[in-house]
Amino acid sequence: MDDALQELGELIGISLPNGITSSEIVCGQLVLNANRSAIVKVLTFLRDDAHCHFKQLVDICGVDYPEREERFDVVYHLLSMSHNNRVRVKVRTDENTPVPSVVGLFSTAGWFEREAWDMFGIYFDKNPDLRRLLSDYGFEGHPLRKDFPLSGYVELHYSEEHKRVVYEPISMTQEYRSFDFLSPWEGDQKTAPDDAGDEEGAS
Amino acid sequence: MVETSIKNYNINFGPQHPAAHGVLRMVLEMDGEVVERVDPHVGLLHRGTEKLIENKPYIQSVPFFDRLDYASPQNQEHAFVLGIEKLLDIKPPLRGQYIRVLYAEIGRILNHIMNITSYAIDVGAMTPMLWGFEEREHLMEFCERASGARMHMAYFRPGGVAFDITPKLCEDIMTWAERFPNYIDDMETLLTGNRIFKQRTVDIGIVSPQQALDWGFTGPNLRACGFAWDLRKAQPYDCYDKIDFDIPVSKMGDCYDRYLIRVAEMRESTKIIKQCLEQMPKGPVKLSDNKITPPARDTMKQNMESLIHHFKLFSEGFHVPAGETYTAVEAPKGEFAVYLISDGTNKPYRCKIRPPGYVHLQAMEMMSKGHMLADVVANIGSIDIVFGEIDR
Repeated sequence: MDDALQELGELIGISLPNGITSSEIVCGQLVLNANRSAIVKVLTFLRDDAHCHFKQLVDICGVDYPEREERFDVVYHLLSMSHNNRVRVKVRTDENTPVPSVVGLFSTAGWFEREAWDMFGIYFDKNPDLRRLLSDYGFEGHPLRKDFPLSGYVELHYSEEHKRVVYEPISMTQEYRSFDFLSPWEGDQKTAPDDAGDEEGAS
Repeated sequence: MVETSIKNYNINFGPQHPAAHGVLRMVLEMDGEVVERVDPHVGLLHRGTEKLIENKPYIQSVPFFDRLDYASPQNQEHAFVLGIEKLLDIKPPLRGQYIRVLYAEIGRILNHIMNITSYAIDVGAMTPMLWGFEEREHLMEFCERASGARMHMAYFRPGGVAFDITPKLCEDIMTWAERFPNYIDDMETLLTGNRIFKQRTVDIGIVSPQQALDWGFTGPNLRACGFAWDLRKAQPYDCYDKIDFDIPVSKMGDCYDRYLIRVAEMRESTKIIKQCLEQMPKGPVKLSDNKITPPARDTMKQNMESLIHHFKLFSEGFHVPAGETYTAVEAPKGEFAVYLISDGTNKPYRCKIRPPGYVHLQAMEMMSKGHMLADVVANIGSIDIVFGEIDR
């Protein structure tokens, strides 16, 4: 299975020398790292090439790595029903650089891109309808960024005085408790299924 | 006669509307009675589940998945748990797998009863829901007897299921499964040949195979367009490869076909439930590795080591090796998937939930354009949406 995926990855890499920077197998799934500017070309190839036939775009999502220079990954998941195969395509971007939209290729990309814009603030160039989707009307900020606090900044309640719902800065009666479980005392890095339990018991 | 020009007007459908199946607000641009443009506004039930999951140990996130698609909670848990297991590289014991498949199919029937009957109410038939909810009640009792909770089970755990099920429960499920096809027959006599039901659904919201691919349809909605695609067959997980069942496929891709597919799937699910009960081996239901699954309650009272394991597991949880996986299951509504990125700590770095209803709702404009306002209601009912999973 892995060999076949490896081969497919190499084949795609050869066919798109400017589009794909590298390919790898992670947990039995093919991952292609692509150039941002070539993403439309890459997905068109993956959709139409006879060896690929990834006719369905099942998911687009953002991932935030704030310590990186280009902090966002945009991850595309494609499914080929005829070859019973999946592929994951990743491109990188930052807060200001738009990613070319793939709505022209897959209509389903529309809402996924809107969601990524809403949650991460990733721009998509030529998306016809890049409005916020999941967050509240008039919401500010991009909640899934790692530097956005879990509690958010505002809370809302119904005000008798104004006869409407009003927003106020959040006040927490108890601090959110986050425990550090990465202390050096936790020496056991193993999570192997069978032996870990016995060894730990013996010591 | 004086010529008058008629202006298009916008109407707000929802967010508080019984046919919206939750908190859906749709802005419809109407030309008389004909729909010109559909703009669904979602997110009124957004709870930031993905952000919360990033801040919780893996095992504490399982209940969040129940609350996504609350019509079939088990199937959501299934995807998340399988994703964790893939990253940990473990496989639950066979009995655990069978119990999971059993409850996943119970979840599918729960969902389909809910969908078909509320869809029938939307287009004018009351009785199927009154009958159907009695069956749902029986199924929820089975859930309660296995896990203690009627709906939000939190029953599927990494490495197996939380508790074993008793022989009496298996017996009762079997008795129920013998009898359940009678309900489907009764319901079909009310709906399948019903003139009013057919007038409201046949040739409404037709989706061509090309459109189905373009808009990313999955599950029953895809199978109604002529694709024999089911993840339980194509990419089997747990013990689905040991079970014999068929995939119902239909060709027209209209609202009526989507209904027929769901009815046929309930019959198949009943078959799967029976086979699970017949084939289910004896043995443990979860792995014995106490680094991942909690130790037995009684040993905890006497055994220091079990106590430590218990405490560590429910406070810190287990650490998952770095990696990423996209794990999909065939949920009743379509492909429900979890894209899990682990950085080696006890919390996921990113957990993207891919809900099927979200994708289907997006296609509302494509399906409803040129139809009447009343057909929008039929379309919403037929694509089977629940806002818990769409808004997350």
